[in-house]
Amino acid sequence: MPALQLRNVRKTYQSGDSEIVALDHANLEVPDDEILALIGPSGSGKTTLLSIAGGLLSPSEGNVVVGGHDITEYSAKDLTRFRREEVGFVFQTVNLVPFLTARENIMVAAELAGRGSEKAARARADQLLEELGLARRADNLPAQLSGGERQRVAIGRALMNEPKLILVDEPTSALDTKLGNQVMELIVGEVKSRKTAAIIVTHDTRMVHYADRTVSITDGVLAA
Amino acid sequence: MRLALRELRRSKRRFTPTMVALSLLVVLLLMLGGLLDGLYIGSTGALRAQKSELVVFDASARESTLRSRIEPATRATIEDVDGVAATYGFGIALVGAEVPGETDLADAAVIGYEGNVDGVPAPPEPGTAWADKSLEASGVAVGDTIRVGPTRIPLEVVGWVEDTNYLQQGGLWVEPDTWREVLAESRPGAAVGDDVFQNVWVALADGADADTVAAAIDDATGTTETITRDAAVLALPGIKEQNSIFTQIIAVTFLVAGLVVALFFALLTLERTPMLGVLKAVGASSRQLVGSLLTQTLVVTAIAYLIGALVALGLDAVIPPEVPIAITSSRAVFVAVGVFVAAAIGGAISLRRIIRIDPASAIGTGT
Ligand SMILES: Nc1ncnc2c1ncn2[C@@H]1O[C@H](COP(=O)(O)OP(=O)(O)O)[C@@H](O)[C@H]1O
Ligand SMILES: [Mg+2]
Repeated sequence: MPALQLRNVRKTYQSGDSEIVALDHANLEVPDDEILALIGPSGSGKTTLLSIAGGLLSPSEGNVVVGGHDITEYSAKDLTRFRREEVGFVFQTVNLVPFLTARENIMVAAELAGRGSEKAARARADQLLEELGLARRADNLPAQLSGGERQRVAIGRALMNEPKLILVDEPTSALDTKLGNQVMELIVGEVKSRKTAAIIVTHDTRMVHYADRTVSITDGVLAA
Repeated sequence: MRLALRELRRSKRRFTPTMVALSLLVVLLLMLGGLLDGLYIGSTGALRAQKSELVVFDASARESTLRSRIEPATRATIEDVDGVAATYGFGIALVGAEVPGETDLADAAVIGYEGNVDGVPAPPEPGTAWADKSLEASGVAVGDTIRVGPTRIPLEVVGWVEDTNYLQQGGLWVEPDTWREVLAESRPGAAVGDDVFQNVWVALADGADADTVAAAIDDATGTTETITRDAAVLALPGIKEQNSIFTQIIAVTFLVAGLVVALFFALLTLERTPMLGVLKAVGASSRQLVGSLLTQTLVVTAIAYLIGALVALGLDAVIPPEVPIAITSSRAVFVAVGVFVAAAIGGAISLRRIIRIDPASAIGTGT
């Protein structure tokens, strides 16, 4: 079963009197272990596509099927649960919870779910910290971390609930090339080792060699 | 919930100013309330202590004990009215009292009475008095002979009674003739003859209705105004005005407490909007985030209340006893409930904003 299917998805924004078509009849299928790179210039609709795939935005038309479930049918409450349990986001701006340590930021999603043992969650968070090279930073607050380290914590947060689909929006845009490559390798390594699907949005064509497949988008239209 | 408490613990400094402001407001509320209660208690004790339900004034006295006179014949008429079980003569003389070993005069209310007073035994021997315990602060002790009025009439204090003051003057409860003597000496123009009182308190027969009996008494005498004990308390000079002014100040203070909380959490929410968006994006429900805010509101208020209450009690302990502050447990409960309600309403102002935060804002699109 594919991790994600977009069927004829259209998304328009109302801007004053005019209508902006951010996504135009997009069809896309991401198999359950594929890393897909989505590239396109600024304003081409990448973030919109990612938001729709992750249940942050609802499409104006068409269907979004994640892991076999059509999420366009979901209520707001279902979508909240869906975002918590089925997808992992890494946002363009990192936005960690400032008063939580690295470990606690990673555990936030598990804590919001409120079930499962705290001990197991903690062990899992510690393992993620280890994998992300943050073992010694576990008890630091975001303000005490570098930009790259914060981005790695955000990756840990996205992986914490073992989602089947990971959505990453321009993870390297705020980092220099060397750090960007490191972060990209980290994401790819983590996703590969879990055999989950991922969409990684970037406008940096140098990053595409990390992906299994590349799809480009221009003015809301997808092209293989 | 845990998120909310963690933030409180880790970002103490951010919550401190609000907590301090709220604590000060709690102090203000408790002190104002304590002053109101203290003034009320110290003004009304002699009337509240009466077990009789009704009190009869001369109609021309306009509900003032000091202006009122009830002649023996009127009293006899009252006693014949249906529903009247017993009557008790009552009169007051406000005087200065010379206390042995003290240079300042103590303010005293010499109260002549015939009985049926809660916490006050039957009238003592002529020339002796039950003294209100508050007079202890003026140096009075049991066994002392104090001298009251301009001619320094001696009164021996034979025991303590409590919460029996009148218009902030310490109650000295004496038998009627002693009171008449003090009244004649201290205010010759107001002297009354034998068996005359200022008021007559009326104990009702079982099952008698207070308003009906009061009307029947006034009908029978034609010269009296009979009111309930509670009405007599409110008719004391200044009591109604005191109540309304203090009540207004207290209401405004609660309003300010609500505004402080509202403003603080509104700013906090505004500042945290991006973070709240991210939390919603990773699966926090609006309910969880609203719950967090309310938890923080309640914890901040609880801590502020505790600090405020401790400070108020500390102040109460060091404020000289002449200042009639009485912090009662019912006042403490009232202030607690009041600030919690004010804070909850203040905090609730931010709920709509939290609910409307769009999770899509986390990813840089959406509004
Ligand atoms: N909330 C919004 N309201 C109006 N227009 C929007 C909104 N979000 C995005 N857009 C528009 O939709 C188009 C696609 O935006 P986006 O998906 O953010 O592009 P990208 O991520 O590729 O830069 C752009 O023209 C953008 O201006
Ligand atoms: Mg974008």
